[in-house]
Amino acid sequence: MSFSLVTVAYIAATILFILSLGGLSHPETSRRGNLYGIIGMTIAVLATVLGPQVTAHGYAWIIGAMVVGGSIGLYAARTVKMTQMPELVALMHSLVGLAAAMVGFATYIDPAVTSSLSGAEKVIHEIEIYVGILIGLVTFSGSLIAFGKLSGKIGGKPLLLPGRHAINLIGLLVVIYFGAKFIHADTVDAGMLPLIVMSVISLLFGIHMVMAIGGADMPVVVSMLNSYSGWAAAATGFMLSNDLLIVTGALVGSSGAILSYIMCKAMNRHFISVIAGGFGGGAPAPAAAAGAAAQPQGEAVPVSASETAELLREAKNVIIVPGYGMAVAQAQHTVNEITKYLRDKGVNVRFGIHPVAGRMPGHMNVLLAEAKVPYDIVLEMDELNEDFPDTDVAMVIGANDIVNPAAQDDPTSPIAGMPVLEVWKAKTSIVMKRSMASGYAGVDNPLFYKENNRMLFGDAKKMLDEVLVVLKT
Amino acid sequence: MPQIIGVPKETAAGEKRVATVPEVVEKLIKLGFKVMVQSGAGDAANCSDDTYRAAGAEIAASAAQLWSGSDIVFKVGVPTAEEVGLLREGGTLIGFIWPAQNPELMQQLAAKKATVLAIDSLPRVLSRAQKMDALTSQAGVAGYRAVIEAANAFGRFFNGQITAAGKVPPAKVFIAGAGVAGLAAIGTAAGLGAIVRANDTRAEVADQVVSLGGEFVKVDYEEEGSGGGGYAKVMSEGFQKAQREMYAKQAKEVDIIITTALIPGKPAPRLITAEMVQSMRPGSVIVDMAAERGGNCELTEAGKTVVKHGVTIVGYTDLNSRLAKQSSTLYATNLFRLTEELCKTKDGVINVNMEDDAIRGLTVVKEGGITWPPPPIKMPAAPPKPAAAAAKPAEKKGHGHGGSSEPMPAQTLAIVFGLGALAFWFVGAYAPPAFLNHFTVFVLACFVGYMVVWNVTPALHTPLMSVTNAISSIICIGALVQVAPLPVETAGTRPAAWILGLAVFGIVLTTINMFGGFAVTRRMLDMFRK
Repeated sequence: MSFSLVTVAYIAATILFILSLGGLSHPETSRRGNLYGIIGMTIAVLATVLGPQVTAHGYAWIIGAMVVGGSIGLYAARTVKMTQMPELVALMHSLVGLAAAMVGFATYIDPAVTSSLSGAEKVIHEIEIYVGILIGLVTFSGSLIAFGKLSGKIGGKPLLLPGRHAINLIGLLVVIYFGAKFIHADTVDAGMLPLIVMSVISLLFGIHMVMAIGGADMPVVVSMLNSYSGWAAAATGFMLSNDLLIVTGALVGSSGAILSYIMCKAMNRHFISVIAGGFGGGAPAPAAAAGAAAQPQGEAVPVSASETAELLREAKNVIIVPGYGMAVAQAQHTVNEITKYLRDKGVNVRFGIHPVAGRMPGHMNVLLAEAKVPYDIVLEMDELNEDFPDTDVAMVIGANDIVNPAAQDDPTSPIAGMPVLEVWKAKTSIVMKRSMASGYAGVDNPLFYKENNRMLFGDAKKMLDEVLVVLKT
Repeated sequence: MPQIIGVPKETAAGEKRVATVPEVVEKLIKLGFKVMVQSGAGDAANCSDDTYRAAGAEIAASAAQLWSGSDIVFKVGVPTAEEVGLLREGGTLIGFIWPAQNPELMQQLAAKKATVLAIDSLPRVLSRAQKMDALTSQAGVAGYRAVIEAANAFGRFFNGQITAAGKVPPAKVFIAGAGVAGLAAIGTAAGLGAIVRANDTRAEVADQVVSLGGEFVKVDYEEEGSGGGGYAKVMSEGFQKAQREMYAKQAKEVDIIITTALIPGKPAPRLITAEMVQSMRPGSVIVDMAAERGGNCELTEAGKTVVKHGVTIVGYTDLNSRLAKQSSTLYATNLFRLTEELCKTKDGVINVNMEDDAIRGLTVVKEGGITWPPPPIKMPAAPPKPAAAAAKPAEKKGHGHGGSSEPMPAQTLAIVFGLGALAFWFVGAYAPPAFLNHFTVFVLACFVGYMVVWNVTPALHTPLMSVTNAISSIICIGALVQVAPLPVETAGTRPAAWILGLAVFGIVLTTINMFGGFAVTRRMLDMFRK
C-alpha cells in the first residue's frame, strides 16, 4: 500500500468514527454506530499494518500482541457486570493513557524520527512528546485511582491534603522548569532525566487530583478522564504527524469535555471546583450554621413493603427515580419486574433519570436497559419534571441529593441551585433508603419530613422483592 | 397502669356509626391501651361483639358499666346529658362536641372535671392534622353517599350509552359547593359517567374540580370567597344576585343537583329557590346535604325525601349512617391517629400536651377548665421564597442539555475572541507550516466532535463513553508504526529492543481497549430495547 492509499484509508476511518458517534444520538441507530466504529478501526489498523511504515518483520510481533490484548479485552467485556461499567471504563481510560505514554517514550528514544528535524520543528516536536507523555500519565494514574474508588478498593471520601492547590501549583512549575531543560537537552540521554522527573510528577498529580474528588462527583471525573484520554491520543498524533490520531483524539476529547460540562451543569457546579476537589473546604461551614436554623421540621413517616405495594397498586401514574443505591443493591431486575406488573395492570410507570444519578453519565440508563426496561419509558429529568403534580406515587430508589427540595428552597444549602427531580410534588413520594443518613453532599433532606413522603427503610433489593411478592398476591 | 378506652353504643336516633372498629382496636392495643366496647355498639356498622372480642377488646354489658369503667371514652355523636352524667369524674372524652353550638354541654363537662377533645375543633390548617381530620373523612363519605342517593332516586342511567334499544344521554349533575363533600361527590358522579359541573365561591378550588373530572362553572361576578381555614364566607349582595342567576340557569339544564354549601356558625345559604325547583325537568333529583342546617334548597325537609313539582328532594341528615361501616372505619382511624399523637411514648397513657398546636386546638375542656376557644395558632412562617438566584438555573435548563445557557455577555465574548485571536496569531507567527496543517485538522475535529456529541441522547452517555474509549485506542497506530519501521540512516544507534518492547506493550494495551471497548458497547446497546 502506498502512502496515498493509507491516507485515503485514514480519511475513510475518520468519517466512520464521526458516523459512529453520530449514530449514538438514538438507541435505534446506535448499534449501527458501534459497527461503524469497528469498521473504521479495522480499516485504520489494516491500512497502517499493510502500509509503508510497517515492514514484514513486525507482523509476528503485531499479531502476537493483538491476540493477547484482544482476548483480554473480549474476556473483560463479556464478564463485566453492568453495575461495574464505571469501573471498567475507568480502567480502560488508564490503558489508553499508559499506551500514549509508551508511544511517547518510544518516539523520543527513536533517533530515526528526531534526526531529520531541526530548529522550531524540533522544539515543537519535543514539546509534543513532553505534553503527550504528561497527559498520558495523568490519565493513567488518575483513571487507576478512579477505578479504585469506583470499585470500593479506595474509600470514596475526598482526600484533602492541606495546601493542595499550592502542591499542584508547585508541581506545575517544576514540570515547566524541566520542560525547558528537556527542550534544551542535546542528546537523548540528557533529556531522559527531565522526562522521568516529569513522568513521576504527572503520575503523582493524577493520583492527587482524583483522590481529592468525592464519590458523587465521579460522573464528572470519569467523563473528564475520558476527555483526557482523547487529548492524549491527539497529542500522540501531533507527535507522529498523524492526522487520523489527531482527529480521533479531538473527537474523543471534545466528547468527554462536553460530558463533563453536562455533568457539572447537572450539579450546578463549576468544573474548576469539582477538579479542585471536594465540596469546597469553605462551603460546609456557613451551610452548617444556616442549616441549624433551617432544620427540617416534622418527622419522617416509615412505611412497610406491603403498604408500598398497596400505594403502587392504587396509583395511576408512577414515576420511579433510581439512584446509585439501586446499582449498589443490584435491584434493577426487581424494579423491572415491578414495572412490568404495574404496566400490565394499566399503570403508567415511567422512570426519571437525573443526569448525575449513579457514578458515570448514563449509568442508570444502562442498568435499566440491562434489566430490559423499555427505553421509551425511561425519561430525562427535564422531560418529566413537570409531570410530578399529576403523579400518584413517586418512588425514589437509593437516591438522595438529586431529589432534595433544599436545592430549590434553601439558598444557603450547599447544593442550592442544583436542578433536582421534584418528587415532593407527587401525591405521595416513597423514599427507599438504608437509613436516615444524609447523602453525599452531607445535606439533610427536607423531603423525608414532608407530609406526603413515606420512608421505606432497608436494602433496596430486599424491600423491592417484598413489594413484588405483595403485589403479586 | 394502662388506661382503658371505652366505646359506648351511640344513642342518637338513626346513628349507626361506632367510634372504633375491630381493626383499629388491635392498633390501639399495640399502643398499650386496653379497649372496652359496649355490647352491640358496632352491630349497625357490621361489627359484631365477637369481632371486637377477637381483636382483643373487652365487652361491657351495659352503658353504665362501660362509662364507669373507662378512663377515655371515644364517641361519635354529641354526648347527651345522661351520657355526661355517666362519665367518670376527671375522665377523658373524645368525639364531636361542637362547643359553639352547645354551651350547656360544655358547662356540664366542666363540672365533671373532665378533659374533652372535640374532634370538630381540630385546627385543620395544620397539615400535620390531616390524618386526624374526622370532618374531612366523614364529609367525604357523605359526598359519596349523596351521589348514590341521587342515583337511587333518579330514573335513568348516569352514563350515556348507545344500546340496541336506542341512545341514552348521560345525566347532568350540578354540585353546589366544592368542599370535601362536594369534591367527593364530583369524583363519584364523574366515576359513574355523568357530566359533572360544580361551583364554589372560592375560586381556588377550580383546579381541584377539574382534576376530579368536573367542570367549574363560574359566577359572573368578581369577588373572592375564601373565609380563612378553608371555609367559605358570606358573599356580597351583588355576588349573590349573579350567583342566583347562574343557579337558575343550571337548574333548567341539569338532571341532578347536589348542594353542600355551609358557612361555619350560620344557617346554610339558600341557593335553590322554589321557582328553580319548578323549572327543573320532572324526574330530576336534588340532594340537599345541608338539610340539617336549614337546607340549601327552600323546599327541603330535613331527614325526609319529598317530591315537589315532580322533583325528588332528598334531605337526609344521616348520610354517614347510611354508609356506617365505611364512616366508622375512617372515623376510628382518625381517632387512632389522634391517640398516637396523645401517646407518643406508646405506654398506654395519654398525655394532653397543651404545647402542641394540634392538641391545644382540639382540647375544649381540660381538667374541668374550659379552654375553648383556643388562641390563634402561630403558623410557622411561610417558607422563604426561593431566592431568585436559586430558582433561575432550573428555569434556564430550557430544552434538554442542547440548549446551552443564554448567550455570553458581549464583554466576555469580546475577551474570549481577543484571547483566541492572540493565541492564533502566536501560533501563526512561530509554528512551522507542517504543524499548522495538523493544527487546522485538530481545531476542525474539535468542532466536529462538539457538534456530533451534542446530539447524543443522555440515555446513551455510558455507551458513548465506552465507544469513544474504544476509538481512542487508535493510539495503537502510533505503536504499530514503531514495531518495525523502514530502516533509516541515523546519526546515533537505535535502541531497537527498547522501542520494540515499548511498542508491543503499547499494542497490547490498546487492543485490550479496542476489542473490550467495542464488545462491551455492543453488549450494552443490545440491551436498549423498546
